[in-house]
Amino acid sequence: MNKLYIFLKYFFIVVWTVFVVAPFLWALTTSFKDFQSVNGGVTYIPWVDFEPNLEGWKVLIKSPAKGGVDIIEPYFNSLFVTCTASLISIILGTLSAYALSRYTFKAGFVKNNDITFFFISQRIMPPIVLSIPFFLFLSSINLLDSLTGLIVVYIVLLMPIAVWIMVDFFNKVPREIDETALIDGCNPYQAFLKVVLPNSIPGLIVAGMFCIIFGWIDFFFAFILTFTEVQLLPVKIVALNSSVTPWWSLSASALVSVAPLIIVAFIVERYLSKGNLSGAIK
Amino acid sequence: MDLVANNLSYKPDDQYHLNEVSFNFKEGNLYTILGRTLSGKTTLLKTIAGLLTPDSGEIEFDGKNFLKIPVWERNVAMVYQQFINYPHLNVFENIAFPLKQRKIDKSIIKEKVMDALKSVGLLGYENRKIQELSGGQQQRVSLARSLVKNAKILLLDEPLVNLDYKLREQLREEFKNLFSKGLADETILIYSTTDPRETMELNGEVIVLDEGKVLQVGPAKEIFENPNSLKVAEISNDPPMNIIEAKISDNQIRFEGIDVEAPQHLSKLTEDGLKIGLRSSDIELNENGHEFEVELAEISGSETLLHLKRGDTKIIVSIEEVLNFKIHDKVKINFKIDRAYAFHADGKLASSPFGGLNG
Repeated sequence: MNKLYIFLKYFFIVVWTVFVVAPFLWALTTSFKDFQSVNGGVTYIPWVDFEPNLEGWKVLIKSPAKGGVDIIEPYFNSLFVTCTASLISIILGTLSAYALSRYTFKAGFVKNNDITFFFISQRIMPPIVLSIPFFLFLSSINLLDSLTGLIVVYIVLLMPIAVWIMVDFFNKVPREIDETALIDGCNPYQAFLKVVLPNSIPGLIVAGMFCIIFGWIDFFFAFILTFTEVQLLPVKIVALNSSVTPWWSLSASALVSVAPLIIVAFIVERYLSKGNLSGAIK
Repeated sequence: MDLVANNLSYKPDDQYHLNEVSFNFKEGNLYTILGRTLSGKTTLLKTIAGLLTPDSGEIEFDGKNFLKIPVWERNVAMVYQQFINYPHLNVFENIAFPLKQRKIDKSIIKEKVMDALKSVGLLGYENRKIQELSGGQQQRVSLARSLVKNAKILLLDEPLVNLDYKLREQLREEFKNLFSKGLADETILIYSTTDPRETMELNGEVIVLDEGKVLQVGPAKEIFENPNSLKVAEISNDPPMNIIEAKISDNQIRFEGIDVEAPQHLSKLTEDGLKIGLRSSDIELNENGHEFEVELAEISGSETLLHLKRGDTKIIVSIEEVLNFKIHDKVKINFKIDRAYAFHADGKLASSPFGGLNG
């Protein structure tokens, strides 16, 4: 029984690992192939099945004049926009969430839950509905095709996620902890900074992770709201496609674009395995 | 330095949490607030701490309007019934927190924290994480944190209620020692509880609270011996005092076909709607007694609680040993009627065996 359990456990772990890792391996080998190795039947092992070359990777950094796409600038644009928007969303979202969790607001029939739902409802709408208002709004304040404009839009998209996660998190932190801090001589700001926030790090990490993921993978708004001045990575990658699909450079770009998320996942996983995410609050 | 409240009322919804509560607490004394759950105990303590603002009424401390001082400047300490500590800090840092907030010198903080740890019996635990401690230890940490501040007002909100039986007994004993050690010399200690036994053991001034209203104020012994109403009698006894609707005539207490000779302090009460109150411990099993039917028998610790019925009258009897009964068994009981109370139809005390009113 016990042995069967162990066998099944490792069997599923292996199957799952293959399932998760195989696409990455496939993309990695494909990125070193050229037209012939891709179209000349299935090949797996470099130097044995096919002769690897760096053409797929070179395209990514060559300037368009030399037939490349140069994703370096869009890459840093994407990093900058995602990180800035996520950071601002987390700060604003955490403050709003704390207020929504701890204080009572009332304006006519609008109460705390309605305000929270208002935030979430921003994410319920299909993005296409938001595209025209966003376009007109950004053009009216002259921020179309600019990093600042994109950051503003991304904050609108990401802050609801932060509010949503943090409201739920703060609701689970006993109010008595804030009260004890007040009794122990903290004013409300100190109580928030010295007691509530340090105990909310797990929530902040989860919210931050979601913001970064959703910011990083957005294609739609980056596509609609930018033209020539500013470009983000997902839009640029699409520009790679031409009459002959360049699987090798697409694979290479897929790998570089997923890299930041993998790094984030590893950091969170480390934190998770230390047990810091659970049991912080009894 | 007195803590004086006048007509505190707080009504956040359609029910009063505090209803015209007034008191005068003097320093160096222990006050026990006794009441059932949701009777307004926590609300009262939070109001004193400053976490809640009453709708009306005043609180004065040391002659100053307490309501105008924010919580963080009031110098009160509070221990909650849940074990509230700062989960991100270890035991030492938890206890040092209020002192650090006052920017006290590090070496003095260390000394004070160690003293506090010693007084709650947690020396050697200072580097532990809060989550590694048992419930009782966590509650000791929050007690230590409230002791270390030398607060003028120490509020304890049912501090033992979430602990298991043994720990509760042990910690209660330690509380008594702490309180009597002179900690309370210049402190006003306010302790809320639902447990009448705890109230008796702490032996302070008792305030009986129900639905936000103060029902009776007095020393623990006085509340126990002469509850001024049915409500107080119920709240200050566990299990609640048995209430029997009876009629007294010709020196006999009559109910459910039973005649018991009325003791002297009850014999003159002949009005209608009289209620006789008798503690569950003042009824005993007796072969020659009156027959009742067992509705339920529960064993709690070394005690057996018998829920009995005869006609419309239901009573609870506590017996100081573990006995097995089946439902619908017939048992015979005797009333120690000289310990009976009598209440008027409106619930006010009519007579008590300890000399209250007509006695």
